[in-house]
Amino acid sequence: MKWQFNADAPIWSQLIAQIKVGIVTGAFPPGERLPSVRDLAAEAGVNPNTMQRALTELERDGLVYSQRTAGRFVTEDQSMIASAKRSLAESHIQTFLRAMAHLGYDREEILTLLRQEKIEEGEEHGSSGV
Amino acid sequence: MAVLECKDLTKHYGAAPALDHVDLAVEPGRIVGLLGPNGSGKTTLIKLANGLLTPSAGEVLVCGAAPGKETHAAVSYLPERTAIPTWMSVKQLMDFYGDFYSDFRRDAATEMLAHLNIPLTQRIKQMSKGTREKVQLIMVMSRAAKLYLLDEPIGGVDPATRDYILSTIITNYNPEAAVIISTHLIADVEKVLDEVIFINQGRVVLQSSVDEIREEKGMSVDALFREVFKC
Repeated sequence: MKWQFNADAPIWSQLIAQIKVGIVTGAFPPGERLPSVRDLAAEAGVNPNTMQRALTELERDGLVYSQRTAGRFVTEDQSMIASAKRSLAESHIQTFLRAMAHLGYDREEILTLLRQEKIEEGEEHGSSGV
Repeated sequence: MAVLECKDLTKHYGAAPALDHVDLAVEPGRIVGLLGPNGSGKTTLIKLANGLLTPSAGEVLVCGAAPGKETHAAVSYLPERTAIPTWMSVKQLMDFYGDFYSDFRRDAATEMLAHLNIPLTQRIKQMSKGTREKVQLIMVMSRAAKLYLLDEPIGGVDPATRDYILSTIITNYNPEAAVIISTHLIADVEKVLDEVIFINQGRVVLQSSVDEIREEKGMSVDALFREVFKC
């Protein structure tokens, strides 16, 4: 998994978001055991206490659970994973809408642009034969 | 108990104050960045903590005791300049560390050296600057110390080596011990730190957790540093 951090948000909240993406995309499959805090921290290049904080938070949300001796596991509850996926999508959409509103587009114009974008993308793929 | 505590700590070189009434405490389990511009007092603070300098006034305590024989056993120090005997081979250097420090974990050192493909028979003087720094850091992090004092551990090395050094610090993390890293390469170390201490002209201007800074100021420690120390 590729870890990336931006400058203005707390690292623990960025860790939560990225682990969620990992769970939703299957990089951390349902029911699978997560690496130890230390290994995850080393992989992401972050402070172990910060990683611990992110995992504790994810545990509180129910996306991961810990078994006393065996470690931490990804939830097997598909509806929970689906709702995490949905909320990640919503936050992307919110960011996008804010940026578009900043440029001066209203909802209708945005929808029109999105539809056009889809067609253009389709044509591109068609013509290049990819 | 705090692993490192400074109470009204002051150090003069002649008339010039290098550290000026410093109060701070570092708790176990923390990885702390000691950040400040050149000449701000970072190295002086580190040298006071390991007993290489004595305070002009105030006190410095390591695990509750003034620097001395007992604290030397608990402190693992990486000096700013490489200070290992260059005629030694890596194996001899490990023997040397093993003789000096009862907490030296030879197996941990051997594993890290193997990971970097550094042959045990190679002599220090045959190594590049970067490799020497890696070897010295491996020796320092292979001790099961209570306080690690790393003075500019990433200053002279390339970005890939920097990443390796930082990941070595993370993988050797011990909740009982504290790590203090002095540097001005903040963007590189920021993610690894629990908290930062900003020091300027011998005074502590800020001690805060990294995520607190990001949460409250909406900027990275690197950005805040640039703002606070704007020339």
